[in-house]
Amino acid sequence: MRVKLIAFVIGVLVLIVLPFVLTDFRTVQLATVGAYFIAILGLDVLTGHSGQISLGHGAFMAVGAYTTAILMANHGVRDLWTIPIAAVVAGVIGLLAGVPALRLSGLYLALATFGIAVVLPTILKKFDHFTGGSTGITLFGKPTQTGHGAGIWGMTNNQWLYALTWTIGTVVFLIAWWLLDSRFGRSLRAIRDSELAATASGVNRAKYKVLAFGVSAAFAGVGGALFAINVAYVAPDTFPIQLSLYLLVGAVVGFFGSIWEPCSVRC
Amino acid sequence: MTNFIQQIVSGLASGGIYALLALAIVLIHRSTGVINFAQGEMATLSAFVCWTLMDHGWAFWPAFGATLLLSFFGGVTLQAVVIRPIQNGPLIGIVILTIGLLIAINGLDTWIWGGAAKQFHGPFSTAPIRVGGVAFSKQDLGVIAVALVAVVLIGALFTRTRLGLGLRAAAVNPVEARLVGIRVAAMLALGWGLAATLGAVAGVMAAPSLFLEPNMMQTVLLYSFAAAVLGGMDSPIGAVVGGLLLGVLLNLVGTYVHWIGGELRLATALAVILGVLLVRPSGLFGRTALRRA
Repeated sequence: MRVKLIAFVIGVLVLIVLPFVLTDFRTVQLATVGAYFIAILGLDVLTGHSGQISLGHGAFMAVGAYTTAILMANHGVRDLWTIPIAAVVAGVIGLLAGVPALRLSGLYLALATFGIAVVLPTILKKFDHFTGGSTGITLFGKPTQTGHGAGIWGMTNNQWLYALTWTIGTVVFLIAWWLLDSRFGRSLRAIRDSELAATASGVNRAKYKVLAFGVSAAFAGVGGALFAINVAYVAPDTFPIQLSLYLLVGAVVGFFGSIWEPCSVRC
Repeated sequence: MTNFIQQIVSGLASGGIYALLALAIVLIHRSTGVINFAQGEMATLSAFVCWTLMDHGWAFWPAFGATLLLSFFGGVTLQAVVIRPIQNGPLIGIVILTIGLLIAINGLDTWIWGGAAKQFHGPFSTAPIRVGGVAFSKQDLGVIAVALVAVVLIGALFTRTRLGLGLRAAAVNPVEARLVGIRVAAMLALGWGLAATLGAVAGVMAAPSLFLEPNMMQTVLLYSFAAAVLGGMDSPIGAVVGGLLLGVLLNLVGTYVHWIGGELRLATALAVILGVLLVRPSGLFGRTALRRA
């Protein structure tokens, strides 16, 4: 526990120091990294801890990103307030996706989520009155952009994006830490390791598996929202199948099954 | 009416390609319980190899033959080098490995041949043949013929030869197969080789109409998954029937249901996957898997 705390503090210190050392461009790149970081945390909850594989997590990012973009561009909602809304929208869709996912065992869940990720861009293009079609939605220069034109506490726009993303990233990380350390996380791992044993010990299998989907999707939604805010542009081809696959690669390489112990890979 | 018949024939042609790739997926799934997500990219790689040979002045059919051979050995090697070490590990690990292969092969294609789409001159012309007022494209008929030959050859290999018996035995019950002297490990590698070969046929047949580029087979892979799921993941006959059915279905829906059109073709395939998985997971021909709760 103490080692984890020290590692966490060092991580936060590095995050605070980095923008003072790096160029403005690298800073905004790292902000985008932060958006992926949050989405991958979500995928880790789902695949690493509850053992349900998702090859389509980019789809939940897209839900979050489009929620933010549509609210900012068409409804005059300031970017900051769209983030919790994106989390809720993606989370609810995640819960809804989690119910049919209960019926699909490992491989077939992989297949179905892979299909969703492949199809997503074509669906975004089809409903163009809502999503802006292939041209997407540009957020750059919209009055609802908080950091536009710089000047918040003397930060450049890019520094502001970095600070915003990584502050939320840190908060999300703490939430994930707390969640996975609690009864919730233990139940997920019990189900992952043996559904039979977990059920026999009184773990409500369906409830926790669906909840894992919801939490995971909400994280990905936050990641997507921050992605949209950082890049100030969303389009169907921003969310190709490759994005989902890279998220999985990120989760595997990063911290599968444990947000702390990369060596205890168990997939 | 003529349009209807033309749509069915061209649906059978694309369905033939889905069927070949679906058959490759089913062969691997049946013997190892794994879904090979890299199957489409392996097919694209084979098509690139064929294109390169033709670019060096080879005629189509020799280049095609050489490609099939290379793909077979490629598949065997891939299984032996990459898959075998983690074969007995958890399923998700193998799935992630095939995802890694997908990304790696896609990157390799882009690295060697670049991302720009290439024209691939197939063996069949696109000129129409007229039969009683209905015009069929020679290419469609040729693809259907090649797919049929490939399916019949694979079917004969599995049901009429000693090797096929060994392959089936290794798939159905590896432990007992080994007890009666079948080299199960070799059979699994051979299965991957055959799947890679089938994929190569699909890739080369698809390339003339799709244009050759690294992401060429990505949508075809999804259609093939739909075909395999529709027919039943463990049934080779199901894969073929599912592929043809799906090809025709997508063409008819695309032509006659205007709201879906060409844009929601992929979404229709996804709907087929989800529908079958949720309602009848064993597909049309698969056996219902029983498991102890």
